[in-house]
Amino acid sequence: MEAVTDLVNAVVLLLNFVIVPGLSYGSQLALGALGITLVFGILRFANFAHGDTMAFGTMITVLVTWWLQSKGISLGPLPTALLALPAGILLTIALVVITDRSVYRYYRHAKAVPVTFMIASMGVMFMSNGIVRFVIGPNDQRFLDGERFIVSAREFKAATGLSEGLSIKLSQGLTIVIAIILVALLFWFLHKTRTGKAMRAYSDNEDLALLSGVDPDRIVLVTWIITAILATIAGTLYGLDKSFKPFTYLQLLLPMFAAAIVGGIGNPIGAIVGGYVIAFSEVMVTYAYKKVFVYLLPQSLEPEGLLQLLSTDYKFAVSFVILVLVLLVRPTGILRGKLL
Amino acid sequence: MSFLNGENMVGGYGGADILKGCSIDVNEGEIAVIVGPNGAGKSTAMRALLGMLEMKEGMVSFRGRDISKLSPQDRIAEGIAFVPQTSNVFTSMTVFENLEMGAFLRDDDISETIEQIYQLFPILADKKDQLAGELSGGQRQQVAVARALMSQPAVLMLDEPTAGVSPIVMDELFDRILEVRQTGVAVLMVEQNARQALDIADRGFVLVIGENRHTDSGAALLADPEVRRSFLGG
Repeated sequence: MEAVTDLVNAVVLLLNFVIVPGLSYGSQLALGALGITLVFGILRFANFAHGDTMAFGTMITVLVTWWLQSKGISLGPLPTALLALPAGILLTIALVVITDRSVYRYYRHAKAVPVTFMIASMGVMFMSNGIVRFVIGPNDQRFLDGERFIVSAREFKAATGLSEGLSIKLSQGLTIVIAIILVALLFWFLHKTRTGKAMRAYSDNEDLALLSGVDPDRIVLVTWIITAILATIAGTLYGLDKSFKPFTYLQLLLPMFAAAIVGGIGNPIGAIVGGYVIAFSEVMVTYAYKKVFVYLLPQSLEPEGLLQLLSTDYKFAVSFVILVLVLLVRPTGILRGKLL
Repeated sequence: MSFLNGENMVGGYGGADILKGCSIDVNEGEIAVIVGPNGAGKSTAMRALLGMLEMKEGMVSFRGRDISKLSPQDRIAEGIAFVPQTSNVFTSMTVFENLEMGAFLRDDDISETIEQIYQLFPILADKKDQLAGELSGGQRQQVAVARALMSQPAVLMLDEPTAGVSPIVMDELFDRILEVRQTGVAVLMVEQNARQALDIADRGFVLVIGENRHTDSGAALLADPEVRRSFLGG
């Protein structure tokens, strides 16, 4: 009986510290990587400004959340930020569309090579990064309110009598639910609507899409709108889960790009797969497994060290290593994407 | 005056002129074929008709109207369809979606046209939910032609539709093209397989270095000893 309890405790421990955080972080990365992969598939360049687009959208959402909070408006148990999201999305759409009109369109008409676009996107990245820091400052901002937990560790322990608790934060649950809804909507749009099919056709074979009468300006506009929606929601969910700090979003660029490339860049399903691959690798490699093995192994074999493969300080290295491995072994990604 | 008419076309892709004053025309319910040696400007002539290169001289008219200034997309909207030689299907989309993309500019009911296409290319009905990229070369060519036909064009332009397919598939494809002609569509083809192409052609244009060398009915060109000797290998 005790062996069974130990096993359950070990599973709960893993659920609590690996599976649940991995799922929610993976969903955030997947939503970010989807934006990167869409821009790559349609506009054919690596958008380095994506992390800061996320930061901009989240900043607007945070500001509107604070304003709503000051008016005493809330969503009860749900975070007020959900109410502020539409405003964040709208202003982010405005930002990316204005950026496209003023920066990228020029290079598109000049038929610039992808590297030029990429460098231009770095400029855009620095600019939007500057705007965000100028408006809200470089510090950590908290904007989470409402209920903290769906399941708290204490309640879980009391209900099950286990010595390990499982806690699921509301922000984690929201992240996973919203990610599923968004991805379902996106795939419905890409596969069932006229504009969505035109986007896929344009990404697949630009010349033939033009020969079929697809309007490239419209496709580009729709792509930016979808990218802004995904970026703002991904950024806000990440901010609710952790906290909002502009620099963190710049750092997120690496795991998001890794996710998009590992999954197969230009391939939306690949971006989702890649998001979870990167997230779980990061969480699993940096988790200290000592306690799990304490439950599983007899006392005489109890491990001495922490059994942590890598310190959390090095978590970004995980993305790098996976990225390098994939590019070496399977440059098109797990699911076949375009070659970079 | 012909239905689609390119007159005295001069131009190229920047640099030296590839077309040096050649004229191509095609009428409704007629198959016209452009043949000639490599580098004669066959595909370029077709691209000029579609507006994909800038012409220095000459003009293109369609239904008696000058369309020289129209963009390729505007010409497509006018009823000219084009099947490129390579990359002529959406490989990551199903056969059915390829057909839908062909009808992108139409806002009426396309189900009847799809039925007609399935009658013309029965294999596509079986493969409609398969990705076009997974089909064989011959089937892909059928998807490519079918995609172009979905817009119900008045002129169908094909750039070497039989390049890289087996002789059996080529014969079948030519049969289909003959059927397309029956519906009153004007068909203009560039072909490497000159003999077989001229065999089904109502008219043929033999181009050499950007100029018309011979223009006659398909049968007459096949019978012409000079054409046979120089371009058809005896």
